[in-house]
Amino acid sequence: MAAYVLRRVGGAVGVLWAAFTVSYLILYLLPSDPVAIMLDQGAGGERVDPARVAELRERYGFDQGPVQQYLTLLGRALTGDLGTSISSGAPVAGLIADALPQTAQLAGLALVLGLAGGTAIAGLASWTRAAWLRDLLLLLPPLGVAVPGFWVGLVLLHLFSFTWFVFPAVGNEGFSALVLPAVTLAVGLSAVVAQVLAQGLREAWRAPYVEVAFAKGAGRGRVLAAHVARNGSLPTVTVLGVLVGNLLGGTVVVETVFSRQGFGRLVENAVTTQDIPVVQGLVVVAAAVFVTTSLLADLAHPLLDPRVTTARGAR
Amino acid sequence: MTFTTRQAAARDVVPVPGAVGAGEGAPGALLTVRGLRVAYGGREVVHGIDLDVRPGEVVALVGESGSGKSTTAHALVGLLPDGGHVTGGEVRLTDTGHERAVSLTALLPDAWRRVRGVRIGLVPQDPGAGLDPVVRVGEQVAEALVVHGTPRRDARRRAVEILGAVGLDHPELRARQYPHQLSGGMRQRVLVGIATACEPRLVIADEPTSALDVTVQRRVLDLLADLTSRTGTAVLLITHDLAVAAHRADRVVVLKDGRVVEEGPARQVLGAPAHPYTRELVAAVPGRATSAAATNSVPSAAVLPDAAAAPALLEARGLVKEFRLGRGRRLRAVDDVSFTVPRGSAYALVGESGSGKSTTARLVLGLERPDAGSVRLDGAPVADDRATRRRTQLVHQDPYSSLDPRFTVSAVVQEPLRAHRVGDRAERRDRVAHLLEQVHLSPDLAGRRPAELSGGQRQRVAIARALALDPELLVLDEPTSALDVSVQARVLELLDRLRAERGLTYLFVSHDLAVVRQVADHVGVLSAGRLVETGPVGRVFDHPAHPYTADLIAAIPGAARRPDRKDHP
Repeated sequence: MAAYVLRRVGGAVGVLWAAFTVSYLILYLLPSDPVAIMLDQGAGGERVDPARVAELRERYGFDQGPVQQYLTLLGRALTGDLGTSISSGAPVAGLIADALPQTAQLAGLALVLGLAGGTAIAGLASWTRAAWLRDLLLLLPPLGVAVPGFWVGLVLLHLFSFTWFVFPAVGNEGFSALVLPAVTLAVGLSAVVAQVLAQGLREAWRAPYVEVAFAKGAGRGRVLAAHVARNGSLPTVTVLGVLVGNLLGGTVVVETVFSRQGFGRLVENAVTTQDIPVVQGLVVVAAAVFVTTSLLADLAHPLLDPRVTTARGAR
Repeated sequence: MTFTTRQAAARDVVPVPGAVGAGEGAPGALLTVRGLRVAYGGREVVHGIDLDVRPGEVVALVGESGSGKSTTAHALVGLLPDGGHVTGGEVRLTDTGHERAVSLTALLPDAWRRVRGVRIGLVPQDPGAGLDPVVRVGEQVAEALVVHGTPRRDARRRAVEILGAVGLDHPELRARQYPHQLSGGMRQRVLVGIATACEPRLVIADEPTSALDVTVQRRVLDLLADLTSRTGTAVLLITHDLAVAAHRADRVVVLKDGRVVEEGPARQVLGAPAHPYTRELVAAVPGRATSAAATNSVPSAAVLPDAAAAPALLEARGLVKEFRLGRGRRLRAVDDVSFTVPRGSAYALVGESGSGKSTTARLVLGLERPDAGSVRLDGAPVADDRATRRRTQLVHQDPYSSLDPRFTVSAVVQEPLRAHRVGDRAERRDRVAHLLEQVHLSPDLAGRRPAELSGGQRQRVAIARALALDPELLVLDEPTSALDVSVQARVLELLDRLRAERGLTYLFVSHDLAVVRQVADHVGVLSAGRLVETGPVGRVFDHPAHPYTADLIAAIPGAARRPDRKDHP
């Protein structure tokens, strides 16, 4: 087990390094001049003093060769210094550290809502003996996946903020401002959870061990709780690791629609202003989140399914 | 008591469901089935079955797949798969003194829960899937008691006792293990323990051992017989294996196409079958007559030259194959195995699962490289190359998965020809027609897809494909184990005829000794990767030199005479 965790952590470090390197290659070798962009923003079209350009180039290390630049940046990143933002001049690490808690709250609530909603739909569809209800419930997940997140957000805004005035439309203040964005984000998540879980449960109901449990004299409730739920939820746990990582991407849209400050907004701003150090910092942090969640999902699997072992080579 | 043969087809009466006490019922019967009809959707598959099981009696319900025997078993415990309904007839459990009579066909779900496990236990078909993979086996045994009101702590303690009683070593440790940590035989013992945990008066065993090796099968059936006879429990044994039925049952009920065609004491039904279908089934059992090898394998023994005198086509010398298990452990799957197969003869490798017979076959085919030793075909070493592929072909065990479902039959049979660029389009088409004819399939089938064929037809297609390149050696990996007994007999006959006509050489891999006796000239017995005995089939079977061989042969159902059961009151 310890060897397995070590191996996986080693792999995670490799993924982070690859994310850093690839994002460097793409962002820094693009045929655009970050310093020119930066100065254009401040100068409003006037011609800029070449001495100032040279000074900035030196400060950001753009005067070095690509390999030298890369090594310098990598060395700084290893000490936790992700550079400074071109547009605001603030340290990138600080910007991300300010944005993450907001987004973590949003993603956390969305995860809870999405899991609850997806489980409710799949569980009810699996439990009910009324075919019409089951068919109706199982129509929902494809619908939830098909509908774009920003559209759900706009509809929710229209209804709950502008028609009924239940929740605020914008902002980061308090729990009530969190509800609509979280629901918006949860729709897609719950759809995938419902889809995968319903499929898993359907297969589990057909398993021979379910027949054996019924033959013991167990009732439907007991069979569902003791056998079907646990076996049927295993595939969901596997996809959950990826889904949680995807939530981060979903916040880009949701935070923009609801004008919330957070990770997603930071991404959106950094990309539009071509704030390369910030974009690169965000890529590395996002990769870290992905790696962590999938590692947690993999570590949880042997706990839920005794057939999965972490020992190498064992069957 | 005497039993007359009932022709259920003639019985079209549908008694009113739920009318306890109605219907005639054999005197003293524990389970009475009258005119049972079962349909899936609108399609009726069981057309009015009558059946009695008396206390303490073992009744075998035999028939081929599709005969409705498994459907009947599931209807009796109210566990038909989705879409299945009992559409007529009555199933009744009679008063046993301390349990009331109950009509099962009229039961509501809650009432079923007080019958299942307590009055009827079920041993399912597949021990691999019958246990929940994520729950400890002790818990699963305890559940059978807990659902009927035993406190959890008592149930756990009792579960350990039950695991001991069904013959698991260290039951207190086994109780904490998960199903995948047990062997197939142990899992089936656990399932027997679950079915008998509440000491029901009736156990329904649905093909309880068809997925197990022959020696394991015997031990599990012994256990079931032992447990049930001790408590006077009746057993309804569902099986396609007539030898098992003959060996284990007091009475046999033969089912065909959802109807009972013959019924009576086991010895009478299987010894002197009255119905033509039963006669066909009995005749199809391989190696039933002990001299079958001499008289039954029509052309091979008579036509072919003396096997020993023919030059060796296949020669395996000192084969060794190891697999790494991780943490430095290795499994020696094949351990110093040597044998020769003369041209035109059939050599069988027998053994239980894990004995190394399939790995040996893969080494012969050149699909695995041996760690030591050599395989020579006509004196030349085999390799995983095209030349070897042309001369040796494989017929796979499972005709349901060895044919690409998207290919037509014609495309399946043509594939080896295309792969080796033999002939043009028209020539290949002619060759397919010729090959289908050789395996007794209508050329009309060429355009069909595997899903439209029966298991026997599919295996014929697989054989036609194997013959497409005119190989010299056919490796047959359990070619009939997935087939019904009468289909199996016809496929074995075909193989025998093809061998004589085309001078083929067979390497036959099987755990079914009765089949081996019918088709092979020589046999090699593998145990834990070692060839413990080899020689002519007749000598090895009649005078086994190695104790493991003797054990295997004794375990063939029906090989040993069934000890007479004491009659139960």
